[in-house]
Amino acid sequence: MKPSAESKRNLTEGGGVPQAVSSRKQKKEEKARRKQEKYYTASQWQLMWRKLLKHKLAMASAVVLIVLYLGAAFAPFIAPQGLEDYSSSASNMPPTQLHFVHDGEFIGPFIYRYDVERDEMRNKVFVEDTSQPYPLKFFVHGIPYKLFGVFESDLHLYGVDNTNLPEGQEPLQFMPFGADQLGRDLFSRIIIGSQVSLTVPLLGTLISFVLALIIGGISGYYGGWIDTVIQRIVEVLSSFPTLPLWMALSAAIPAGIPVVQVYIWITLIMSLMGWTGLSRTVRSQFLALKKEDYVTAARLAGVSDMKIIIKHLVPGFMSYLIVNLTLGIPNMILGETSMSFLGLGMRAPATSWGVLLQECQNVSNIANCPWKLIPLIFVAISILAFNFLGDGLRDAADPYK
Amino acid sequence: MDKAKFIGKRLLLAVITLFMISFVVFFVIQLPPGDFVDTLVTNMIAEGEKVSQSEIDSLRQLYGVDQPFLIQYFGWLGGILTGDWGTSFNFDQNVLTIILEYLGPTMLLSVLTLIVQYVVSIPIGIYAAKHQYSVGDYALSFIGFIGMAIPHFLFAILLMYISYQLTGTAVMGLFPEGGIVDFASFLDFLKRLIIPIIVIGLGGTCSSIRSTRALMLDEQTRPYVLCTRAKGVKEAALTWKYELRAILNPTVSGLGGIIAGIFNGSTITAIVLLLPTLGPILLQALKTQDVYLSGGILLISAVLVVLGTLLSDLLLAVLDPRIQYIEETK
Repeated sequence: MKPSAESKRNLTEGGGVPQAVSSRKQKKEEKARRKQEKYYTASQWQLMWRKLLKHKLAMASAVVLIVLYLGAAFAPFIAPQGLEDYSSSASNMPPTQLHFVHDGEFIGPFIYRYDVERDEMRNKVFVEDTSQPYPLKFFVHGIPYKLFGVFESDLHLYGVDNTNLPEGQEPLQFMPFGADQLGRDLFSRIIIGSQVSLTVPLLGTLISFVLALIIGGISGYYGGWIDTVIQRIVEVLSSFPTLPLWMALSAAIPAGIPVVQVYIWITLIMSLMGWTGLSRTVRSQFLALKKEDYVTAARLAGVSDMKIIIKHLVPGFMSYLIVNLTLGIPNMILGETSMSFLGLGMRAPATSWGVLLQECQNVSNIANCPWKLIPLIFVAISILAFNFLGDGLRDAADPYK
Repeated sequence: MDKAKFIGKRLLLAVITLFMISFVVFFVIQLPPGDFVDTLVTNMIAEGEKVSQSEIDSLRQLYGVDQPFLIQYFGWLGGILTGDWGTSFNFDQNVLTIILEYLGPTMLLSVLTLIVQYVVSIPIGIYAAKHQYSVGDYALSFIGFIGMAIPHFLFAILLMYISYQLTGTAVMGLFPEGGIVDFASFLDFLKRLIIPIIVIGLGGTCSSIRSTRALMLDEQTRPYVLCTRAKGVKEAALTWKYELRAILNPTVSGLGGIIAGIFNGSTITAIVLLLPTLGPILLQALKTQDVYLSGGILLISAVLVVLGTLLSDLLLAVLDPRIQYIEETK
């Protein structure tokens, strides 16, 4: 009502106003009208997307997640060290100090060599030898790797120029997050570990999504005794505290099988426990939607059950499901990390954030090397990011509100 | 439907669930390759004993591991029901004895956490709802989010690190050395309880705060609230006498989930903080394939969750008699 009243006023007042102004006004109105039309004719997904764009926290989380996943995808390029590299001299080395000024002169990013000394308590301390700077170079050639398992390369994002190194010295490394017990660069291991820690939850959620859709769908659509049996099973599975059951299932992964198989097993175990809650959501949505007139109409028109489910029912609550999926991912990150932390998940030579945190089980280890807690930050950030993104999606899923 | 019938139905459902749970547990503990006798024989050989094939066969017969899965399962279940939970070779003791020994501290910790969780979360949730969009509300929401996102074991490690930095010693274990004998050691025991309870209860408390706040916000717009307020009833009386009763139902019905959450949290927290509860025992049993022990612990934790759910159902029926009728019309 409002726009039309306004335009009427414009018309009556428009008599004295020059033609150009009124046409500009008309154009503006036309634009506003089109915008509104676009709003009303936009699909639900477009509306959701538009609303999500306005949710700042969710967008920031999405950016963080994209960065993390890009890091995982290009891990061998970003990480200067491979999985098997280690150096005994760098054992428990603190984060390498990055310098820019040598002898009062700016020479770009460089590091100093560290000398190992013993303090009065006979503890190992690393002291910088400030006589010779070793510049940090970008896009250097280092250890060879295969990107995505296909492209062979030895190019790395950064590395230390070791050309000035005295004879017989171990090549220096820039370790922004320090090193672990075996002298492995923690940054490299976090990036490589994210390949496991960030993909297991995604794959696990995908599998549990399919399981929930099928099982919850059958339960909700057909009802009757099938529904009763499935609901009983769901109830039994959700009566278990998830963690002990996860532990028991992970412990059943046979020892000595290849890393890829361990990975698959862990993903399956995660999804096996994840589908129950989701299937309840699917079921209740099915129960609510199947009594709608359009479903009855479709059935009367002779559409098959499968087609009704896939074409008419599932799209009706897809947005709702995606919100639930996103909010379910943090649990899986947590599950994988916890299992690996307890030594029941990923095993050497593979690594994940949980494996990296194993060294933190010992208090004195944390007290002496607090940088070993850095993987925790990555775990917390990714969990928070998925939570915020899921929250934003939840707000966006109801675009007409 | 009268109360007895309702309770009877709930009990029957719980028994069926327990039966199915025992099946799942037995299936899971049978999953690892090899069986009880394999482990036993490996242990005997490791201790320098010579074991012949015929001895192994007779051992297999003795423990019944050569029988089909279902027969073994019913044998195990029968043992569970009659109090013979099998032997743990880590402890060389009856599984039930070990579980009962560690169940005390586990229950103590869980129940205390549960109480703390309710006592802390309900008033805070009500405060946040009554002061919606205030600074306090925002601060609590923020803390709540962080609290739900931080994994238990991560938080345990962090607190351990902080307490080590502050006091110079890491607080480990639950009971002071020498046990609780006098008032001083009791105080020490209370001090040791703080970190585990905070760690285990944090996630649950934060989600309870959020749900209490949401429930309370829903109540604020109800006509009866407006009416009561218009009649001149004091705000405090309105909150604690009227609204609290209204949100009691969903709060109580979440009990089963909260207990499961506490078990999840306490398992891994206990491992990090070296608490004398079932968690570390379970991990050890799983790693050494001490199947009867791990099965027993899995079973008992699932049973406790089922009992918690049952308890919340019964409590609900007492608190709100309408539940029975809703059940009836379903």
